[in-house]
Amino acid sequence: MRIVERQTLSREGVNIHEYQGKALFREEGVAVQEGVHCTTVDQAMEAYDSLESKVVAVKSQIHAGGRGKGNLYCPDTGNLQMEGGVKIASSRDEVETYSKNILGNILVTKQSGPDGKMVNNLYIEAGCEIAHEYYLALLVDREKDAILVMASTEGGVDIEEVAETTPQAIHKAWTDSSGKLPMGADSAMADSLGLTGSSKDSFKEMLGRLVSMFVSRDCSMVEINPLVRTEDGAMIALDSKISFDDNASFRHPWRAEMRDMSEEEEVEIRANKSGLSYVKLDGNIGCLVNGAGLAMASMDVIKLYGGEPANFLDIGGGANKESITTAFGIILEDQNVEGILVNIFGGIIRCDMVARSIIDASREVGLSVPLVVRFSGTNHEEGRNVLEESSLEVTTVSTLADGAEAIVAATVGVDA
Amino acid sequence: MTEYGTDVVGGVTPGKGGQVVDLPGRSVPVYDTMGQAVSETNADVTVIYVPARFAAAAIVEAADAFNEIKGEGLIVCITEGIPILDMIRCIAHISEMPGIRLIGPNCPGIITPGENGGCKVGIMPGYIHAKGRIGIISKSGTLTYEAVAQTMSVGEGQTTCIGIGGDPISGTGFIDCLAAFEEDPETEAVVMIGEIGGTAEEDAAAWAADNFSKPIVGFVAGATAPPGKRMGHAGAIISGGKGTAEEKFSAFEKAGIHIARDPSKIGEVLVSVLIEAGLREP
Repeated sequence: MRIVERQTLSREGVNIHEYQGKALFREEGVAVQEGVHCTTVDQAMEAYDSLESKVVAVKSQIHAGGRGKGNLYCPDTGNLQMEGGVKIASSRDEVETYSKNILGNILVTKQSGPDGKMVNNLYIEAGCEIAHEYYLALLVDREKDAILVMASTEGGVDIEEVAETTPQAIHKAWTDSSGKLPMGADSAMADSLGLTGSSKDSFKEMLGRLVSMFVSRDCSMVEINPLVRTEDGAMIALDSKISFDDNASFRHPWRAEMRDMSEEEEVEIRANKSGLSYVKLDGNIGCLVNGAGLAMASMDVIKLYGGEPANFLDIGGGANKESITTAFGIILEDQNVEGILVNIFGGIIRCDMVARSIIDASREVGLSVPLVVRFSGTNHEEGRNVLEESSLEVTTVSTLADGAEAIVAATVGVDA
Repeated sequence: MTEYGTDVVGGVTPGKGGQVVDLPGRSVPVYDTMGQAVSETNADVTVIYVPARFAAAAIVEAADAFNEIKGEGLIVCITEGIPILDMIRCIAHISEMPGIRLIGPNCPGIITPGENGGCKVGIMPGYIHAKGRIGIISKSGTLTYEAVAQTMSVGEGQTTCIGIGGDPISGTGFIDCLAAFEEDPETEAVVMIGEIGGTAEEDAAAWAADNFSKPIVGFVAGATAPPGKRMGHAGAIISGGKGTAEEKFSAFEKAGIHIARDPSKIGEVLVSVLIEAGLREP
């Protein structure tokens, strides 16, 4: 029952900001409060005037969750600027103070990582009279091959904690083979949340719209925490956290405009453009591998032999000379890298092609650290011959264990 | 595939029906639809390389053709990057056809080595395999080849190697494969390769503890992967205490599966397991 956390933390999908998610909700007929997206303090104050609501929420917009309990730090001094990345303001002056403390500062939350995220976007939203806070989420259940809807009366809090302490407080329903919830599931869920009358009706309507939005927009997660019941019985999505399945981006061109590049690692984007899958880590041994599983296994073996991987890098099945050159360049940009292990098990990829690419790439990027190459599979002997006949300084091995041992030994030498 | 010995009887590409393709040692016809292809050739298996955006529809077309014409069939889908909801719809569709089995997507396929060549449906390098008594199941592509190389390094061949793919939503899972290996008299031990993310490994371990009588050697890739980061495969993500390599290893141990924490030691562990089970001379 930790599925929420798994999905929430994952970078599996294309993430968007709360204000963008709420714009989608509005388009889909899911009830939200009036709100304005701002990037300056002046805009925030104008927004306060235009919303004609005495009380507003001033909300930091970053992709990580846990904003309300996060802290803002000044990027220059590192000093604490303000506690809480989401503030309730009841005057124009308060909006000004909070906006100044948020925009241009670094928000660190439980989910943002220790470095936090610079806040460049703000959402000013009209307040409402809250009678109760609920939790509602839709996500892909990989074990049941269906969309899972989860709801709880314990909204506004850390849902992982609820899952841990009172799992019975989380109610679940799955879509059936038609891609919809089975008849009566929405009613049953409303009942288990204790919703009656017009609140029950608006919950059912919202749930129906969310399920069809999840499908039509190829979401991988929609999380509303909190979903609130107002004093007059309306159900309103007071938050939105939406991720899309990137595999389906080709049929949703509108997503491109929603992408916030400042939320993504520049080097990972660059790697992606070349068909590479790269994640930077903290160690000193660069890895270049074909296949995600083998790449992870290579990292594991390096660690078991006493080294620390500097990165995950899967060159993919369509690798060529250009992408391998890019891969070497990206690995060597990392100043911590003191050696590189290439581990190729040829299938569709031919080791001799990789060997020639390595030679060209090393000339182009000026390879200056020890290189160990393990070839196995398709054309491994040819690949080895190409490397050995070249002037490149390289250690060739035939097993993963030998490769890990050799690169760890070579990089320990660098340290000493 | 034909070079390895697979009996390829035809191909399907819409708009290219009527053409003939020359493969090593034979020429085969191309059809416009799976329905025509299955009717004309009586094929048992199809392998799908269709681009991601059309792949789920291709799986459904193949399933319908096999189901209507023969009532059974095996579909192997190699394609990577199929939209998740397409796969959910696709699995829902074929789950109503008891005779249809899907392997993948995003997998290297399935291979059964024979005395000389064998049957290969996929993209793995055939020559690294040899006929033997070890079954291999893996979520990963190239890591499956590594497992094969490990068994070969200790003089053991394979009965069948199945790459089930690392996508969040896929067809045949670990348990389906274990059940098949339990039934297969030629398989005497199994190597199972998992990956971080999801709970398929834990579920399979729990199932195996009650239902699987042969020794299993297990490895899970991604012990060093940081939480919350995507590691290439859409499925390979860990976070928040579920789906970590450590949890999967301990689920394996609890179920009596022999673990190899070092993937380069899978062969060694396999040897000790076979000796322990009295299947190999010390």
